[in-house]
Amino acid sequence: MSEHTVTAFDEDLNFVVAKISEMGGNAESMVARSVKALVTADIGLGQSVVADDKILDALQQEIDDHILLLIAKRQPMAMDLREVVGALRMASDLERIGDLGKNIARRAFQIEDNLPPKKLLRGLQHLTNVSLEQLKDALDAYAAKDVVKAREIWDRDDEIDSLYTSLFRELLTYMMEDPRNITYCTHLLFCAKNIERIGDHVTNLAETIHFMVVGSYDIASED
Amino acid sequence: MDAMNTKRQEDAVNKMVQNEIKMSGKDVCVSYGEKQALFDVNLDIPAKQVTALIGPSGCGKSTFLRCLNRMNDTIDICKVSGDIRLDDQDIYDHDIDVVELRARVGMVFQKPNPFPKSIFENVGYGPKIHGLVRSKSDLEEVVVKSLQRAGLFEEIKDRLHEPGTGLSGGQQQRLCIARAIAVSPEVILMDEPCSALDPIATAKVEELIDELRENYTIVIVTHSMQQAARVSQQTAMFHLGKLVEVDETDTIFTNPSNQKTQDYITGRYG
Repeated sequence: MSEHTVTAFDEDLNFVVAKISEMGGNAESMVARSVKALVTADIGLGQSVVADDKILDALQQEIDDHILLLIAKRQPMAMDLREVVGALRMASDLERIGDLGKNIARRAFQIEDNLPPKKLLRGLQHLTNVSLEQLKDALDAYAAKDVVKAREIWDRDDEIDSLYTSLFRELLTYMMEDPRNITYCTHLLFCAKNIERIGDHVTNLAETIHFMVVGSYDIASED
Repeated sequence: MDAMNTKRQEDAVNKMVQNEIKMSGKDVCVSYGEKQALFDVNLDIPAKQVTALIGPSGCGKSTFLRCLNRMNDTIDICKVSGDIRLDDQDIYDHDIDVVELRARVGMVFQKPNPFPKSIFENVGYGPKIHGLVRSKSDLEEVVVKSLQRAGLFEEIKDRLHEPGTGLSGGQQQRLCIARAIAVSPEVILMDEPCSALDPIATAKVEELIDELRENYTIVIVTHSMQQAARVSQQTAMFHLGKLVEVDETDTIFTNPSNQKTQDYITGRYG
């Protein structure tokens, strides 16, 4: 894509892209650390995630302010307009992903040293890894404005949903086996639900990337 | 994706075809002496809608506009070919009375150009010479109604016999619009009608355009993309004398199909 006649316009748009990527990196790290804090009952790590949420909120605020000014100054049209509207949506999804990470981290405080058997954690870790991989791919697809990749991400959300469903059943079985597992399994269940929600936000990101490039939200019709 | 865009444009064109077509240009070519300014332009102007013509300077949008009421006839070296129709009647036909054509297809120019006469006479002149009024009271009625429609009457009702040139720029432009609509045209052509006006006067003219489209078909040439986006329902993009894209305005400004349109409206041109 050629550059704008007004170079400051390109700088404004590049700033937004850089900030979204920064938010994405932060959100990704928060989620990874929150699950680690939960499964290792690491309160310190959990606290660092809770503290990082403020940074993520501040980044979103910065993006909002910048875009507000950009619209006022430059009145973007067509692909530029879709780019900034999309960035607003993405920032909001990434901020929610950070919130969900913070919620998971907070559970670490409640578990303390009452750690469950390792086998309970395997499913959750797998779910987390798949979701984080999706998030990372979405951020790559955004940087490259890659609609094919966005569609692949969107398709793979089913995998997260079915992993969540099977994890739900698994945890239920453990709870029935031994009532002492109930407290911890409930925490893990909430955690899994949060991860599954993160997956939904990632599909939103994929849809937004599709909108930015193609101009419609109908990612399902893209083959 | 190209196939999708072509399909989308076809859909948009079909949708517009459903609206009654007031004017249409087929294979319109215009040359000024040796220099060709328009190349095979095909464009339908839907009735009672605003069509915006956009594009960089020298792209041919004003040339096309001026073909629609034969304003180019006044330029000796200008040669127009192709077929331009008003209500399916060829306006370049030998039988056509150009004066009558220009009453049916009125025009408002970039710079307000009131006659050096009173406000009343500015508006009343057209109806008088075209024989549209029978009595003095008829004329008064037409003048007042035109000024009201142009949103000017309330501001100047006590100054009807003062010179039109004494009004502010924005008022003068609305006076010119009142003068254009006094002869009950069917189509109003506007060539950058707001480029000499301040933002408030511009807003008033835009508001007026929006009201006028209830009764008139409007074609407007504008350099302001935002203005085209605000006032029009159909937008046509010209580049180097060719019509490169025409679509619903909402689509042109959010998701145009043509790369030239994209570059122009996003400020990547030149």
